[in-house]
Amino acid sequence: MTVETKLALSATEVRSFSQSNNEPSWFANLRAEAIEKAAELPMPKPDKTNISGWNFIEFPQHTVESTPFNSLDELPTEVKEIIDIEGQENLYIQRNNTPAFIKISEELKAQGVIFTDIQTAIREHSDLVQKYFMTEAVKVDEHKLTAYHAALVNGGVFVYVPKNVVVEQPLQVVFLNDNADASLFNHVLVVADSNSAVTYVETYVSTVEQSNGQANLIEEVIALDNAQVTFGAVDVLAKGFTTYVNRRGHIKRDAKMDWALGLMNDSDTISENITHLIGDGSTANAKTVVVGRGEQKQNFTTEVRHWGKNSEGFILKHGVMKDAAQTIFNGIGKIEHGATKSNAEQESRVLMLSENARGDANPILLIDEDDVMAGHAASVGRVDPIQLYYLMSRGISKSEAERLVIHGFLAPVVTNLPIESVKNQLTKVIEGKVR
Amino acid sequence: MSTLVIKDLHVSIEDKEILKGVNLTINTNEVHAIMGPNGTGKSTLASAIMGHPKYEVTSGTIEIDGENVLEMEVDERAKAGLFLAMQYPSEISGVTNADFIRSAINARREEGDEISLMKFIRELDKAMDFLEMDQDMAQRYLNEGFSGGEKKRNEILQLMMIKPTFAILDEIDSGLDIDALKVVAKGINEMRGEGFGCLAITHYQRLLNYITPDHVHVMMQGRVVKSGGPELAQRLEAEGYDWIKKELGIEDTDAVTEEA
Repeated sequence: MTVETKLALSATEVRSFSQSNNEPSWFANLRAEAIEKAAELPMPKPDKTNISGWNFIEFPQHTVESTPFNSLDELPTEVKEIIDIEGQENLYIQRNNTPAFIKISEELKAQGVIFTDIQTAIREHSDLVQKYFMTEAVKVDEHKLTAYHAALVNGGVFVYVPKNVVVEQPLQVVFLNDNADASLFNHVLVVADSNSAVTYVETYVSTVEQSNGQANLIEEVIALDNAQVTFGAVDVLAKGFTTYVNRRGHIKRDAKMDWALGLMNDSDTISENITHLIGDGSTANAKTVVVGRGEQKQNFTTEVRHWGKNSEGFILKHGVMKDAAQTIFNGIGKIEHGATKSNAEQESRVLMLSENARGDANPILLIDEDDVMAGHAASVGRVDPIQLYYLMSRGISKSEAERLVIHGFLAPVVTNLPIESVKNQLTKVIEGKVR
Repeated sequence: MSTLVIKDLHVSIEDKEILKGVNLTINTNEVHAIMGPNGTGKSTLASAIMGHPKYEVTSGTIEIDGENVLEMEVDERAKAGLFLAMQYPSEISGVTNADFIRSAINARREEGDEISLMKFIRELDKAMDFLEMDQDMAQRYLNEGFSGGEKKRNEILQLMMIKPTFAILDEIDSGLDIDALKVVAKGINEMRGEGFGCLAITHYQRLLNYITPDHVHVMMQGRVVKSGGPELAQRLEAEGYDWIKKELGIEDTDAVTEEA
């Protein structure tokens, strides 16, 4: 069935946006084709969440102009807090749709590492970007929102780590949203060439209370043979956004992908984190923690799909639900035919803090091969009164005991974030949300 | 001197009466042992004193120096000086042992007067050495993946760090090998003195070889039926409980089945 939708931008407008950015013709064409597909393709169908009434299309304006930062002193406190101003050598800050600050160490430059905003990358590293941009991990024509994204990309980051290069210090990215009319069509593309290693940590932070915009985020990680990628993310987007966030890994032979995602948006959110274990001996660790509050509706799908033999996938999802928040957790381990000796494990747990909250953990194993291992654990429940009794019996107040249990429950991601300041920020965000 | 007084305590769990009028007075500088066959309400007594959510006190009183314990929340009981070393300590994922113990210590102190990190680490290291615990247990998640013996040692570690007025030990000896038992006993003996009273609940006289009690009480069918000195424990070890039943005319008609 094709669904005709009136989109917010016409094909002509998309062309002229591309032109104003001096994009190479392949990218201009990709956008033009994508906007046509976006008109026809159906919406995605997140399992168990009905999104037919959600607005993923309309927004006040496609891009907003923001002033770049001349120095880190000018950053708002909310951003300063998540950056080690002295120590962080590799940093990109995007303010709404504007590349606002970038630095990269001389050492990494000399090694051939590319770390730049997506628009610059499209112009200056056209061949590399063309090779991987929505070609392997995410495809333009998967559904309306992937096509819409491709047509409207207005921000993001490109990372390329050459063969055999090990990036010691994490690359840090901050997407600051301080304009209520901004829409984020960010594309993050991380390519780790053979035998390389990189840690990438991004934070989405809104300083506006209420947004009128769209967040349609697609982030692709390509880990070539024997590469190691650690990807940390903390999302704290404001209420009012309709968020579609798709983080996907494409993992080749013996490569390793670690995700540590703290998904703390106040917006309605559809989040998809899929890792394709393409190569033999590849590994994925997908850890996600979530806090839902207010009237928020969210759907989190984490999938590890095994194609390579001896591939290992571990999914961990912990969610805390309060107020009248509604959340679906879908955890999918899929082993394709031929992926012998693979192992698909997952654990999904939901902690309910309120009578009116709804949480649903759906562990799914889809297995097309005999000689494999797989397992899952899932639970939905309240804070255990016996745990509270134990903590309180040492003099700890009930509220502090609950706080300890909740933070402990969300620790698997917090402790895995590789940048101390981002870890502290996530702890603080959790603190503010569950109070 | 402080005094813990339990008077005519009746306790039910899910409408079944387990304790049927317990009387007990414990002063600081005293160690009391409660012995008795399985299912006589010993652990119920421990849980009721601490305020376990499943146990309902239907009548009677518990007081510390005249303060009504039964009106207090669990954390207030702890701050009033009570400590229960539990038979089955909870596991709390994501909360390190050290963070937990520090929170417990700071809960007793005024805001702004929290224990300094250095002082805390010094004291924790010292107590862990004393209890022959691996230093890495401070950074492990609270009781998660601990063996039975490690959990019991960890209860005593908390006892030594928190320094309560009255400690109740709920079968601290069950499941311990002899070396671990000696270490646990060493920790408890270290606490003995002017400001500390102890109620040790046990099935076995063995524990009392290492922690010499000042008073021994026997519980049966939800009551303290006999009290005496350390020699009472030795006689129980040698002769079992039948002689007491005979002496007091107790029949096993309504034996309580609970022993959580």
